[in-house]
Amino acid sequence: MTRRLFSRRAALVTGLAGAGGYLLTRNLGQLPPTYGHILRMADNATYAAHRALLSDESLVREYTHGDISSFPAIGTTNPADAGRSGSELFSTLQRNAFADWRLSVEGLVARPMTVSVADLKRMPSRTQITRHTCEEGWSAIAEWTGVPLGRILDAAGILPEARWVNFKTYDDWADSIDLIDALHPQTLLAYGMNGRDVTVPHGGPVRLRVERQLGYKSLKFIRTIVVSSTFDDGGKLGSIQNGWSWYAGI
Amino acid sequence: MACLALAVTGYVMLMTHPRLYWGEVGNSLTPALLELPISRNHQHGGWQGQEAILDGDPSVISANRTFEIFNQNGWGRSLHFLAAWIAVLTGLGYLLAGVMSGHFRRHVLPPTAHLGPRHVWVDLTRHLRLQVPRATGGPDYGLLQRVAYSVVLFVALPLAVVTGLAMSPRVTAAVPALSSLFGGFQSARTIHFAAFVVLTLFTLGHVFMVATTGFTRHMRGMTIGEKR
Repeated sequence: MTRRLFSRRAALVTGLAGAGGYLLTRNLGQLPPTYGHILRMADNATYAAHRALLSDESLVREYTHGDISSFPAIGTTNPADAGRSGSELFSTLQRNAFADWRLSVEGLVARPMTVSVADLKRMPSRTQITRHTCEEGWSAIAEWTGVPLGRILDAAGILPEARWVNFKTYDDWADSIDLIDALHPQTLLAYGMNGRDVTVPHGGPVRLRVERQLGYKSLKFIRTIVVSSTFDDGGKLGSIQNGWSWYAGI
Repeated sequence: MACLALAVTGYVMLMTHPRLYWGEVGNSLTPALLELPISRNHQHGGWQGQEAILDGDPSVISANRTFEIFNQNGWGRSLHFLAAWIAVLTGLGYLLAGVMSGHFRRHVLPPTAHLGPRHVWVDLTRHLRLQVPRATGGPDYGLLQRVAYSVVLFVALPLAVVTGLAMSPRVTAAVPALSSLFGGFQSARTIHFAAFVVLTLFTLGHVFMVATTGFTRHMRGMTIGEKR
């Protein structure tokens, strides 16, 4: 009895491990660096498992107008007085109601471009009422209006070797997402919140919405977008070197 | 090891936002179901720039947080998930082995005939008087012991795993039913905490029983095997 059980268990474990190994390596290109750190390896295991096992197209739940809730503004609530490298420029832009704000889209794109808030507002938009899930443990629901990032990337023409989309912000953050999240229909460059312009405390004039990850991936105060073929951890400005998981789909 | 890491990092994460809610939404600007005085974040340091952010509903507000909070979630969350991978994979192996070997049926699940009030009362009063039989060193578990093990193995642990997944924005996007099953993200978080409390109390009780019913013999049974 004992012998048979063991061989059956061994067969099952081998089978499951084989299937798991196949799923994990399927279509899985480059992974973020781990620097030999066991926590970063676990982050990558979660990232790889999500990419292998869950549908790339699935949408997050969208709520109704009545579900919209109060929303704390945390982190940088105004880059102008954050004492960062972008502070002075942001303060100048803010004085002119962001009329001179320009977003540059560069890197591995056929047509590098700069767009203003007015340009964004002229493009086809998407409005969605979604839940912001903060890594701290709280959540809030708001209505976001903006241009799907995929449309901007299409307009700029991403090159075939492109793999990551990197962002820099006016409060000196740098972070990136992969093309699956970048081209996801609910990933927005949002300029509207609850039917008004996004206020500065909530990341205005334009913030990112990456709905299938925790709140810290939805960067505020977007400044530049760079498309790349290799992973850029953002150095001292990025999540990884500050001890945070790059992937926050948890 | 993995479960200890899960408990500790889970507690560290709760310290970052020690408020529990019900439903989808809960934050420092909305009422809490339960506030735990377990870190300095428990008492808010103040807000500025409070304003209404939705036309027609002045109760929907925004405010800027003006104070630095305790937050060790960077390593806390990554270690929590590393431990979760280990605990879930070994746990599945254990469940599979337990079902196939008949260990659960024969030794763990309480026999239905013994679940009547008389049997439970007898075992309960014996435990309360600390008249517990000495360790047998084998899986000859008593009635209350079986009930406790069953609750932990088949209710609390699976619930902890499933509510954990129900808090993931990526997983619930793919499996929306997971979130609605518990009534929303914050409800899942609250139930996740309840499972932690049950498992922690079980562990304390378990260690107490081990220590009072023949510590050396138990340790031998759990590691190198029973003395013959």
